[in-house]
Amino acid sequence: MSSTVQKTGRTWKKPPFIANPMLRWGLLIAVVAYVWWAITTLPFDWERIQDGVPRAIRIFKGAFPPSFIRGELLFDGFMESIKIAIVSTLLGLALSVPIAFASASNIAPKWLYTIGRGVIIVARSFHPVIVAILFVKAVGFGPLAGILTLTVYSIGFVAKMLAERIEEIDWGQVEAIRAAGGATFVTLLYAVIPQIMPRQIGLSIYQLDSNLRASAIVGIVGAGGIGSTLLNAFGRYDYDFALAITLCIIGVILVSEAISGRIRRNLW
Amino acid sequence: MLRIKELVKRYGEEKAVLKNLNLEVPGESVVSIIGASGAGKSTLLRCINRLVEPSSGSIELNGTELTKLEGKALRLARRRIGMVFQGFNLIDRLTVMENVQSGRLGYLPAWRAVTRKYPQEDIDRAFHLMERVGIAHYADKRADELSGGERQRVGVVRALMQEPEILLADEPTASLDPKTSRQIMELLRALASELHLPVLINIHNVNEAKEYTQRIVGMRFGRIIFDGEPVDLTNDAMDDIYAGVPAEERGDAESSTHLREVAAR
Amino acid sequence: MVATTQPTGPEAIANREWSRYTTKERWRRYGLTALVALAVVWSLSTINIIWPWLWDAPEQMGDLFARMFPPSLEGWQEIGWTLLETVNIATIATFFAVFLSLPIALIAAQNTTPNRFTLWLGRFILVSSRSVNTIIWALLFVAVFGPGVLAGILAIIFRSLGFLGKLLGEAIEEIDRAPIEALESVGASRLKILVYGVIPQVMPTFFAVSILRWDINLRESTVLGLVGAGGIGIILQGAIDTFAWQTVATILLAIIGLVIIGEAISAYLRKKVI
Repeated sequence: MSSTVQKTGRTWKKPPFIANPMLRWGLLIAVVAYVWWAITTLPFDWERIQDGVPRAIRIFKGAFPPSFIRGELLFDGFMESIKIAIVSTLLGLALSVPIAFASASNIAPKWLYTIGRGVIIVARSFHPVIVAILFVKAVGFGPLAGILTLTVYSIGFVAKMLAERIEEIDWGQVEAIRAAGGATFVTLLYAVIPQIMPRQIGLSIYQLDSNLRASAIVGIVGAGGIGSTLLNAFGRYDYDFALAITLCIIGVILVSEAISGRIRRNLW
Repeated sequence: MLRIKELVKRYGEEKAVLKNLNLEVPGESVVSIIGASGAGKSTLLRCINRLVEPSSGSIELNGTELTKLEGKALRLARRRIGMVFQGFNLIDRLTVMENVQSGRLGYLPAWRAVTRKYPQEDIDRAFHLMERVGIAHYADKRADELSGGERQRVGVVRALMQEPEILLADEPTASLDPKTSRQIMELLRALASELHLPVLINIHNVNEAKEYTQRIVGMRFGRIIFDGEPVDLTNDAMDDIYAGVPAEERGDAESSTHLREVAAR
Repeated sequence: MVATTQPTGPEAIANREWSRYTTKERWRRYGLTALVALAVVWSLSTINIIWPWLWDAPEQMGDLFARMFPPSLEGWQEIGWTLLETVNIATIATFFAVFLSLPIALIAAQNTTPNRFTLWLGRFILVSSRSVNTIIWALLFVAVFGPGVLAGILAIIFRSLGFLGKLLGEAIEEIDRAPIEALESVGASRLKILVYGVIPQVMPTFFAVSILRWDINLRESTVLGLVGAGGIGIILQGAIDTFAWQTVATILLAIIGLVIIGEAISAYLRKKVI
């Protein structure tokens, strides 16, 4: 097939993502300006940074090979982290259910809804490390602070997800039970709980995995678990032990993620 | 001229899906391929542009042996073969123009492709073809905003943008309603004659095949058992091709003497 | 799940039983509950909690909150600027991480990776990045580059790569193959197939995931300062160490405000992208 095509004189350009040219260019300039401004106003200590590469080499030399001499400390730290994760997941789940119901717009009256959602927002807004610091100040160092922290952490996630699930349920089932004469609690039991159960179980397993990871770090501020062990290692420049701990953390997280993923897949 | 000789396609150790197929398609003809599901129509088409790898045999297009090509040579050869798909296979989020220009990707330098700065000649060609099929006003619309028939037209234009030496259409109307279906078939027929293009169309609707194509090839169990003009497609011939055999009882065609007679014809 | 008996005859029908679970299922449920109970009992009995402290806890927390009230506006300017600095850390770091994550996601996805080695490499990078918490990365970078915002930015970048890369990689593996087939039939090279077939399909996910990660990073960057990696964490640590609880309260409120605004922006943008 030969190509003697009539010249139409028409051009074509891809329609830009943002149609309005002023908005488009304005946005682009704003982004570039922001990046420039942010980078220049951030306080970089260039001298100290230049020391970085030789320091990095020194650290990596010191970190290899990872040392497991203090293996017992490692093991104890991990056991504590696991225990913190288990208890706080359970406690968090138990508390999340009523809070979730209080935060579901289709179930809770307006005033309760506001309180419930408020609790969730506060629980979510703070990084678990901050919450850990506060609890450490309140109840002292150790796993108790860790459990309280991760319970709050769990509530922030599980209650929110559960509340969303409750808001999405098939209302017809609730009406059916109500029509049959069911009182509030019975209605919840027969019409709502079965609908949210699968999500609840999936969330529980996900949160257990999440808490296991988080328990590794709340220890860094003194809330127990392997995090404290890691912080001490860094503080004593025990980089080989620190590497051993980190590798174990990675390993445990991977295993936990694999198991949790496998279980959740089989649920569906 | 497309020349297929002794084409065999076998998946693993199983029975061959295509069995020693021979077919010749001279330039400028519209050939339809009919047959029941599983007869091998789609596999045949896809062997031609190597979307499916033939197990053995030869496929020659205008003097080039297609089965031996690899890498860049294969890509260059694929430019010469246009394909229209049952599911349209468009890039939903891109505009119609980009979809149509993607037919030129075998010819465009990478930087033009990435920046969408298409050469004026290609733009002219695109508008020309789009006007011919009636979708020029959709140039800036996203492909997924079009109806089925319109999308297939985009697919046709994309294939033609390649300036191909042959056009393959794999059940191009299976996803369309009857009226749009006929429009597309009429379009293919008209374009074939306007552009002097050989066209090979897989069809499941035999009436459309009879009405819009000049030559019908009937396949069954990986073999061609009918090859003739629409008028020759008698009810007997139809039975041979479609004989309503339920899936569980789909036996080996070779054990049927009746079919062997037909194949010998 | 339902265990019914199928009797015949009027007497048998009158005595039909129904139970929700089969015997096997019931044992499984009891077993699971027992397992969970066991885990909890083991944890609680062996954990290193000083129980008197637990009973004391509500009173201690109440005391702490009382001391935080009312929040003090002292040094609000420094708090404000540092908050801004925190936002910048999160934003700049997310910005760079987003660009770096795309090539890594491409080599970590089975359908776009050049060879087995790159697939393994991509997945390895993503897994390492995801499994090491931002704070731990921060500890490392503070040790290398010293305390300051660079350590914080790098920590966020390194952690975000895994998050972004994994989700992007999954999106890449789940694309519709039909357009890819069409592009192959046209004779397009791998690069062009990538640009026309893969990228347009993953664009919405790309933006949504990036915005989501920015939101998460906003939260993460508030604590980087606690290990010395810049941002408002430094001031927070300072206030806590000097028992300036009312200032602590202000900082906490500022953080809540920041996170809420960030979430609102992020939710809005994600809606626009889909």
